Amino acid sequence: MKITGYAIKFGDNVDTDVILPGKYLVLMDPKELAKHAMKGLDPTFPDKAKKGVIVVGGKNFGCGSSREQAPLALKHAGVQCVLAESFARIFFRNAINIGLPVSECKGILAAVDNGDELTVDLEAGKIQNFSKKASFQVSKLPLFILEILLDGGLIENLRRRLNTK
Amino acid sequence: MNISEKILAKASGKNVVHVGEIAEAKVDMIMVHDLTGPLAVEAFKRIGVSHVWDNQKVVIVLDHQVPAESVKAAELHKMLRKFAKDQKIQIYDVGKGGICHQVMPEKGHVLPGTVIVGADSHTCTYGAFGAFATGIGSTEAAAVFATGKIWLRVPQTIKINVEGSFQKYVTPKDLILSIIGKVGVDGATYKSVEFSGPVISAMSMAGRMTLCNMTVEMGAKNGIVEPDGITLKFLEGRTTKALVPFESLKSDTDASYEKVIDIDIADLASQVACPSSVDNVKSVCEIGNVQIEQAFIGSCTNGRIEDLRLAAKILNGKRVKDSVRALVIPASQEVYLQALTEGLIEIFTEAGALICSSTCGPCLGGHMGLLASGETCVSTSNRNFIGRMGSTGAKVYLASPATVAASALTGRITDPRELEAQKA
Repeated sequence: MKITGYAIKFGDNVDTDVILPGKYLVLMDPKELAKHAMKGLDPTFPDKAKKGVIVVGGKNFGCGSSREQAPLALKHAGVQCVLAESFARIFFRNAINIGLPVSECKGILAAVDNGDELTVDLEAGKIQNFSKKASFQVSKLPLFILEILLDGGLIENLRRRLNTK
Repeated sequence: MNISEKILAKASGKNVVHVGEIAEAKVDMIMVHDLTGPLAVEAFKRIGVSHVWDNQKVVIVLDHQVPAESVKAAELHKMLRKFAKDQKIQIYDVGKGGICHQVMPEKGHVLPGTVIVGADSHTCTYGAFGAFATGIGSTEAAAVFATGKIWLRVPQTIKINVEGSFQKYVTPKDLILSIIGKVGVDGATYKSVEFSGPVISAMSMAGRMTLCNMTVEMGAKNGIVEPDGITLKFLEGRTTKALVPFESLKSDTDASYEKVIDIDIADLASQVACPSSVDNVKSVCEIGNVQIEQAFIGSCTNGRIEDLRLAAKILNGKRVKDSVRALVIPASQEVYLQALTEGLIEIFTEAGALICSSTCGPCLGGHMGLLASGETCVSTSNRNFIGRMGSTGAKVYLASPATVAASALTGRITDPRELEAQKA
């Protein structure tokens, strides 16, 4: 699973309230959610993300609420993948469960500038920064998690495993 | 093994589990609410199974946008009522329940030794009853609806031993804020936090719930307290189910912990988490003159009868400052009725505080008391992130019910012991 996109950087402790403020949680349409992605930090984010971007965060990305609408909003705004120094656990699971690739990458914040072109190879655990002509290795996701992502999310994974129609 | 490991071992059909291994745990209870349930129901329908795995183990609570604050919310509530009816699932609707994390224990859905997942991050509250309880998202909830199982990595555990005794008007909320200030917002990420020691053994269920509730604010997977006589007393009359022997849930004396933190609370003062991070914690006396426009007493962290009694004691016979809106939200209908019976509702109303119906409401900026830009709120809730309670230009300070009540009177964030000193 190879993902390519331009980096948009954020800092430490990006919480789910800034990723998707509580007042938008009544919205059910992912396209509507996407219009408010990252509203708490950068209201212009949905415009920037449209072309397909890779979000790069610091420590504890996605801390706070269990709202799955946060990774959903990012995914539908055009985010291809989130790379962060570390993730809050519910956000990490939610992202995988909805088919938004995430990877924990120590040192990523210092190795990437805004706008750098990145390629992420999840199976190989490899990230390439074309703009800096650098590449580095990150810890691979466990196989069963990778399979959820390759299936496109937990529901698709479960349908395959349960063999439902 | 410690209590969390013992529960996960039993739930995954093993004699022993080790830190780091993936446990495929059977779920004893799952809860979703009106902001996470609709996505879970949609995802469940996509799985292609017709019924939830066990309709006695699924609970829906309408609490975030109740009573419906918009047509959109009303549609979500309608959808959940239909799902509950079709699947014969227990639903706590408007007027019959309250905030999910208060309703679940009150109605006997939280039992010691069980595995509980909930599509809400503060599901960790139930650890106060010796359950292994953690928050999940909507899609994961749908998968549990279908299978009754969830994968969980067996977490490392931080043990927090608490000794000493609280000073007057210093509360479990001040204790947990002080702990988060030290551990940091990601200091317990993926980990279990086990509270023990004489202070915890003597603490009310309300206090234990406040502690466990906020463990997620340091990133924890779960917070937990060994069940005891106080737990048993709370459960009396709330469940007819057989309880596991509490002895079997005690952490072994040779249980392993990643870290043990010893805390003596003798000198603990009233604490406040300043904007916009829950670990930006200071003593109230250190923050100087912080004027407020709103004071909020409520939420799954501090909306219980014990919290309301404490706030009422401070507000009794006094008047909320003209420049302050004071909101009081009992965590459930049961709490509201108890407060009414005890005369607390009268005290709040006479003091000029507004009683709102039981809801999560302002805590997450949903409805009932949002903040405008430039405004400041001191709140008993659990998060002070940018934009949490309304405008991204507003500020939220987190504190105990005693501190919030004292602040409502003075119009600035105030240590309740300061008012006490003036009285003397």
